[in-house]
Amino acid sequence: MWTDLGLDLESHDALLGILGQAYQDVYLSQKNRPRGMQYFDFVMSEVHGLRIKELLDAKRQGRPVVGAFCTFVPEEMVLAIDGVCVGLCAGAEFGFDEAERYVPRNTCSLIKSIFGFKLGKVCPYIESVDLLVGENTCDGKKKAYEILGTLVDCLYVMDLPQMKSDAGRALLKSEYTKFMAKIEEISGKEISLQNLRRGVQIANNKRKAAHRLNRLRAANPAPISGLDALLVNQVYFYDDPVRFTDSVNKICDELEDRIAENDGVFAPDTPRILISGCPMAVPNWKVPAIVEDSGAVIVGEESCVGERGTQNLVDVTADSLDGLLDSIVDRYCRIDCAIFTPNESRLDHVKQLVQQYKADGVIHYCLQFCQPYQMESGPVETALENSDIPVLRIDTDYSQEDVGQIRTRVEAFIERISAQS
Amino acid sequence: MISAGIDIGSRTVKVVVVSERHTVKRIAENTFDPLSVCTSLLEGLEYDTITATGYGRHLFGQHFECNIISEIKAFSMGVRAVAVTSRTILDIGGQDIKAISLDQGGNMRKFEMNDKCSAGTGRFLEIMALALGCSVRGFGELALTADNAENVSSMCTVFAESEVISMLAKGAPRNEIALGIHKSIIGRAKSMLQRVSLEESLAFVGGVSLNRCIVRLIEESLGVRAYVPDAPQLMGALGCALHGLGQKEAAWESL
Repeated sequence: MWTDLGLDLESHDALLGILGQAYQDVYLSQKNRPRGMQYFDFVMSEVHGLRIKELLDAKRQGRPVVGAFCTFVPEEMVLAIDGVCVGLCAGAEFGFDEAERYVPRNTCSLIKSIFGFKLGKVCPYIESVDLLVGENTCDGKKKAYEILGTLVDCLYVMDLPQMKSDAGRALLKSEYTKFMAKIEEISGKEISLQNLRRGVQIANNKRKAAHRLNRLRAANPAPISGLDALLVNQVYFYDDPVRFTDSVNKICDELEDRIAENDGVFAPDTPRILISGCPMAVPNWKVPAIVEDSGAVIVGEESCVGERGTQNLVDVTADSLDGLLDSIVDRYCRIDCAIFTPNESRLDHVKQLVQQYKADGVIHYCLQFCQPYQMESGPVETALENSDIPVLRIDTDYSQEDVGQIRTRVEAFIERISAQS
Repeated sequence: MISAGIDIGSRTVKVVVVSERHTVKRIAENTFDPLSVCTSLLEGLEYDTITATGYGRHLFGQHFECNIISEIKAFSMGVRAVAVTSRTILDIGGQDIKAISLDQGGNMRKFEMNDKCSAGTGRFLEIMALALGCSVRGFGELALTADNAENVSSMCTVFAESEVISMLAKGAPRNEIALGIHKSIIGRAKSMLQRVSLEESLAFVGGVSLNRCIVRLIEESLGVRAYVPDAPQLMGALGCALHGLGQKEAAWESL
């Protein structure tokens, strides 16, 4: 299977070796995990195995596989024609030397990782997709897709607005209309009100399950570790959506029992932290692992891989295809990504999450060279500190060389919020 | 109750033992084997409890029964013991710069710390001193003899070293280059202090605060007096020892 996909077997084995070890150290060593996490352990162990086989089987059945890097890609349209939408992870420092032949050194780790995986021939997902969707979010990604387009033959780039004005909304609608036509073209199937509504319902159910899990994390003691919840949010992007929804709901049932029995993964009143900022793609568990190893628990993620990506449902009540498309545009327009200006709704959302999850402090997480989020980190910090919410800003990348310094800062931050609460 | 504090830093290891009757202070250069340095430094000392901080704190914790606290907390506690009213702390050590702001009660309010790059720290000064053929101790004194400063623009140790070498090749006076090097690191410390908001009164600690030229430049650039305690490198170890005693604030005059 791997050779057919054109993977470099030796590098691929090396990558899986590193991944397996990291998963063992970060995940399997945790204590008192919910039993339902076994499903996610299984998904992770088969992430370059059974799941790829499923994708290839889907292709054989004429169901197109669409790869995406961003929460702005409307999954419901792919689901409408019974296609498969997978998020491409880009969360590991792999093949950066190769990547730097194509993009500047001072490019964020996420973008470098996209190139590293492609050039290193180690990502079976990117090699399996029928359509690879890029999107004009930050300048880094925008220009990177121009270069990536020379390396892959199925790249499709979607434009995105930068302001949430009427004109911005109209642009998003026109881009989603074009995307819908593209999906119809590659699948040979027509998108109708009925099948799009079914797609929306599948995606909504997945979001609802994520919302349910999030609500349960408000409990004290925390019923699930931040690492495990992050993993659920990461798997959100590439698992079969119906199976994923069932698995998350099963975990939620279990967590409800735990909460009823006042049982948690950490002791009651463990310092509680909200993470806010750049997305953490698989296997980027660096900062959460340090936080939870230092005696705090992460209770929420204001992130694309987290609340920013999953919040809000699409209204399914429209009675025309165009009406439903409007509802989809409405939902996606509410994503408070830092590429928008102004982006005040993000500040409100962070504050609201702090309250909702009873967080004692916020860690603002940025990838180096991620201009939109780094620019916003100052205003976010000021707004939160003015509301007496302690903030720690961490700018980092996928390397391990700053782990010592980050650990010191995280420990000091936990000491600070523990003294206050 | 006898409480020991150990601060295992990148360049030196410091131990302070406190009890009602006496204080013990020890300091040793760190090596590639920090654990052995700790063991030999603790030899012959008696204590009921020990608290560790610094880069080696977790390694130490794996081999000794101890409490562990961050350097930021340790320095806050140590400094408040010798300077009760201090609200802002600047610590420049072997490979880190930290700026800490405290509330009136001595609780940590905010802090800033360098990321992985150790530009402008003790290690930077050491390497620059070496490039100028000067001892670390004498480096600040050499800089203080200069009336003018060469302009050293690189923050990176590697770049700054080559900048210094080309200045020497052009015949620039050694003391003026030394002053330029000292000046180059002030900006970084200043911006960190401003980010945590500089409150009266500033305590300057860590090994680099032994350098009189840096102290003077910090005071000039901020326009405030910087208080440097008698044993500024020991503040982390002292804070640890006091943490072990469960003492938040105690004027510590015997140090």
